[in-house]
Amino acid sequence: MPSVMLKKNTEGKLIFYVPKKDLEEVAESVEFDSPEKWGGEVLLSDGSKYYFEPVNAQPDFPVTLRAKRLDSGE
Amino acid sequence: MAALTREETEALIQEVLEVYPEQARKDRAKHLAVNDQSLEKSNKCITSNRKSQPGTMTIRGCAYAGSKGVVWGPIKDMIHISHGPVGCGQYSRAGRRNYYVGTTGINTFGTMNFTSDFQEKDIVFGGDKKLAKIMNEIEQLFPLNKGISIQSECPIGLIGDDIEAVAKKANKEIGKPVVPVRCEGFRGVSQSLGHHIANDAIRDWVLENRDGDDSFPTTPYDVAVIGDYNIGGDAWASRTLLEEMGLRVVAQWSGDGTIAEMEKTPKVKLNLIHCYRSMNYIARHMEEKYKIPWLEYNFFGPTKIAESLRKIAALFDETIQAGAEKVIAKYESEYQAVIDKYKPRLQGKRVMLYVGGLRPRHVIGAYEDLGMEVVGTGYEFGHNDDYDRTIKEMGNATLIYDDVTGYEFEEFVKRVQPDLIGSGIKEKYIFQKMGIPFRQMHSWDYSGPYHGYDGFAIFARDMDMTLNNPCWKQVKVPWKTAESTPVAVAAGA
Repeated sequence: MPSVMLKKNTEGKLIFYVPKKDLEEVAESVEFDSPEKWGGEVLLSDGSKYYFEPVNAQPDFPVTLRAKRLDSGE
Repeated sequence: MAALTREETEALIQEVLEVYPEQARKDRAKHLAVNDQSLEKSNKCITSNRKSQPGTMTIRGCAYAGSKGVVWGPIKDMIHISHGPVGCGQYSRAGRRNYYVGTTGINTFGTMNFTSDFQEKDIVFGGDKKLAKIMNEIEQLFPLNKGISIQSECPIGLIGDDIEAVAKKANKEIGKPVVPVRCEGFRGVSQSLGHHIANDAIRDWVLENRDGDDSFPTTPYDVAVIGDYNIGGDAWASRTLLEEMGLRVVAQWSGDGTIAEMEKTPKVKLNLIHCYRSMNYIARHMEEKYKIPWLEYNFFGPTKIAESLRKIAALFDETIQAGAEKVIAKYESEYQAVIDKYKPRLQGKRVMLYVGGLRPRHVIGAYEDLGMEVVGTGYEFGHNDDYDRTIKEMGNATLIYDDVTGYEFEEFVKRVQPDLIGSGIKEKYIFQKMGIPFRQMHSWDYSGPYHGYDGFAIFARDMDMTLNNPCWKQVKVPWKTAESTPVAVAAGA
């Protein structure tokens, strides 16, 4: 359950940063990404997948959230 | 000597690794790489921020060095107590040349050493009482201090002293910020964790101090310069450029910095990060909590300065953008004269670097402006994100080494034969005795500043002075003398 710092880059893409692992990746896709619902599976550009508990509104980026790691991506 | 091809560089790494026992070879192999610009991510080719192998000569520091020496130490109007035995503070005192304005011992304390000087009895009975007493003494002797930080040395963590409790009590008594920093030297694999711990201490004990206090008048052009340690006056040379383009530099840490500036930082509109490695944590925190965007910039060499000024200006309105162009135009004749003078003398020279923090990638542009080429670079304590940012800056098939050992560095140098090496004091005399020009790039070899347009002129002069010094022709190394040459040829044939 890593703490993930999420922010939007200038192109509006989600940047995924895990401080303890120096992991800084762009998120390729977010399962639920609408004004009403946000979260679910997030696929990173290195192929690894993380899961965020869906919430009922867009989080106010940048924000730190807990994520669950779904696979190693290696 | 011609540049090595990718295959030759890979062969060189294998050859250097030969001497290690199997386990060490496997480990070290992960830290050495041939640069491949096509890669996006460094973790495909290099491993970093891992514990050094016992027995190899590493030049890393400790967490205390990262916190006291780098992040907290230069805050000039605070007193930083090296809490523990006397040596850590004394042997690291004033070595980094963080310049500052003020009267030392009266209202600034940058080059002084304050320590609790632990004795056996403090280890046995705990040092909390002593610490409380020291802080009272400090208040009496140096009443103009603006706060105290407690920089833990190894024993504090080992004996479990509660410095946080002492700090809170002292804070009430003296009414100034007292910051306990848990930067015991044994934490982490290098000074890098010390930076992180120091950043966390700033986050927890300093940044919130003025939350809800809007008495400080702000402007839309407020910025903070973070992670410039003012080595040889670097931060001043950078700050003038930002101010000339119309920005207001509200805070500057930690070189020539004050606690008041740190407390005001959450009020700025943009954080400018020079040393990403040591200060990105606090920038990311402020981005999240105060919604302040941050930007890495590079003020080494005119190409990168212009690039950075434009990048910074793009985040502001047209007046600042015009200001940036004006600054670049204003200094053009100045830096062009520097290039015209030194480029012919330095053209085509090859450089190997091995330093820490931001320099392994940031100074590449400055060398390139002088027509020089960086053929090898490496970080003492970099992380993956540093190498991510390095891959694109370095040429293809150049060497990249992480936490390089003394042996590896020497072997690489013998083979690559650079014209100049930039590294630390521990490497300086080895390479000078090998007859290779050397600059100590941690504190600019007692010169500087190197940042900004003013710094570039000094940088160029220093590189020329070192490289084209006639003394190198006088150095006769044993393996290059007449008697040894035939032996080497015979062995090679």
